[in-house]
Amino acid sequence: MLSQNFINFTYLISAILFMLGLRNLSSPATARLGNKLSMSGMSLAIIATLMVSGLSFKFIIIGIIIGTIIGAYSAIKVKMTSMPEMIALFNGCGGAASALVALSEFQLKGDLYGAGMVSQIGGFSMTTLLLSVIIGTLTFTGSIIAYAKLQGIISGQPITYTGQQFVNGLIVLATVALSVMIYQDPTNITFFYLVIGLSLLLGVLSVIPIGGADMPVVISLLNSYSGVAVSMTGFALNNNALIIVGSLVGASGIFLTMIMCEAMNRSLANVLFGAFGTVSEGAAQAAADGPGGSVKGYEIEDVITVLENATSLIIVPGYGMAAAQAQHAVRELGDYLEEEGVEVRYAIHPVAGRMPGHMNVLLAEADVSYDQLFAMEDINDDFSSTDVVLVIGANDVVNPAAKTNESSPIFGMPVLNVEEAQTVIVLKRSMNPGFAGIENELFLKDNTMMLFGDAKKSIQDLVSHLKG
Amino acid sequence: MDGSILIGLYIFVLALFAGAELISKVPPTLHTPLMSGSNAISGIAILGALMAAGNAKEMNITSIIGMLAVIFATINVVGGYMVTDRMLQMFKKKEKVTK
Repeated sequence: MLSQNFINFTYLISAILFMLGLRNLSSPATARLGNKLSMSGMSLAIIATLMVSGLSFKFIIIGIIIGTIIGAYSAIKVKMTSMPEMIALFNGCGGAASALVALSEFQLKGDLYGAGMVSQIGGFSMTTLLLSVIIGTLTFTGSIIAYAKLQGIISGQPITYTGQQFVNGLIVLATVALSVMIYQDPTNITFFYLVIGLSLLLGVLSVIPIGGADMPVVISLLNSYSGVAVSMTGFALNNNALIIVGSLVGASGIFLTMIMCEAMNRSLANVLFGAFGTVSEGAAQAAADGPGGSVKGYEIEDVITVLENATSLIIVPGYGMAAAQAQHAVRELGDYLEEEGVEVRYAIHPVAGRMPGHMNVLLAEADVSYDQLFAMEDINDDFSSTDVVLVIGANDVVNPAAKTNESSPIFGMPVLNVEEAQTVIVLKRSMNPGFAGIENELFLKDNTMMLFGDAKKSIQDLVSHLKG
Repeated sequence: MDGSILIGLYIFVLALFAGAELISKVPPTLHTPLMSGSNAISGIAILGALMAAGNAKEMNITSIIGMLAVIFATINVVGGYMVTDRMLQMFKKKEKVTK
């Protein structure tokens, strides 16, 4: 039907559409169009592939119908607060797909060439096939564990045991050794399944020691892995579309991973192997070194007075806002104050929430205009000239200890300078320390007012008091 | 190393640079849609999956693997694009309210 050249030409157009799609993501005004361009690139590539002669459609149709139902249902049903989990799961599916395609290619070529497989397809193709299976498989199980941690199915605490890294290292070595043996004897299908088994295990074991608060990094990194797996599959199948897209996704995943690590002032190695979030000696020390003093709880009326006298307000959301589903109430408060002539802005720390940009999505869902959302570096100098800062369910990202206390585990992490504002109002469920288990001296400062309780209820109370 | 591999490597490296350049222009506000959008395109493995499932004529282990690959890749593509679109349609700019 179609010549290979024509199909490759179609893939080129698809690749251009993907690139244009990414370019349109540079502004919220054009982003939706970008996604549609990317979508049409994908459709084009799929249609071209389906026109390859000699394909039987039976299994394809069944597969597409099942996949569409599951994918569409999840995409429609998922809550915006659960977006990190959802993306982790979709990403796991991508990894699994790459691994399965490589596995099928391995079987096909194995049936065709038997023991002469490597010399027929070439050592490079064989290596990329194996890599695709390994990386795709561990992306699959790693993503499932990330999902389970975020969803609370398994504990968000790091799961550690002695010799953990040694065990993981052994598994990596065993996987490599078995892969070399498959390379030498491709007819040994048992070894191939062993490699798959070990990779499944490796995905699980490498994510369980990472704390729930570090999941944004893990999801970004797994995203990058799935891209690499696709590229490797592309090399093995000699398919340029897969190679290009894989490297785009790989680059995007690594980029976000690096942003997250920088925002926490930690190395990737520290995130992956540091088991951050277990209450460490450092944290205990920081608590002991704390400035002392007691936290003053305020009543809603006190907070009202402050808000009524303010002319400028910066709202700092954290994961607590998502957990309390408070974003709509927050927007209502912001709108009311804005109508009263208060300048209202939102300051978003890069690691607020459970994935990059999580807070922005929630506030957009609540109809907050995107030009009111400011990244940390764009607003950090403005706190000193601001009347009131309202911190909603954020903790470590507003902890001044990151700037002043060298023994604090988060020392050196860039934080929002909220304490420079005239008054800081902190909405918090209780005095429990945040994910990192670190005491926050912001709560003890003289210009800080603590308002304890459920964030959503507190804000709704504020709105009804202000209006009434 | 034959020519097609070398061309593949050229493409891989150049796309990596192009990708990094494009992605660094995405503002932090859109990092979640960037993630889910790039995740959706990684479902491009569906091209390989379609070939794998389409080359299988009868029900056996190869056809099951091919079909599973199509299912997983379709979930990734359909779910990924739909969820990205759902998020992006929420990003709006409002008229300023001033009194």
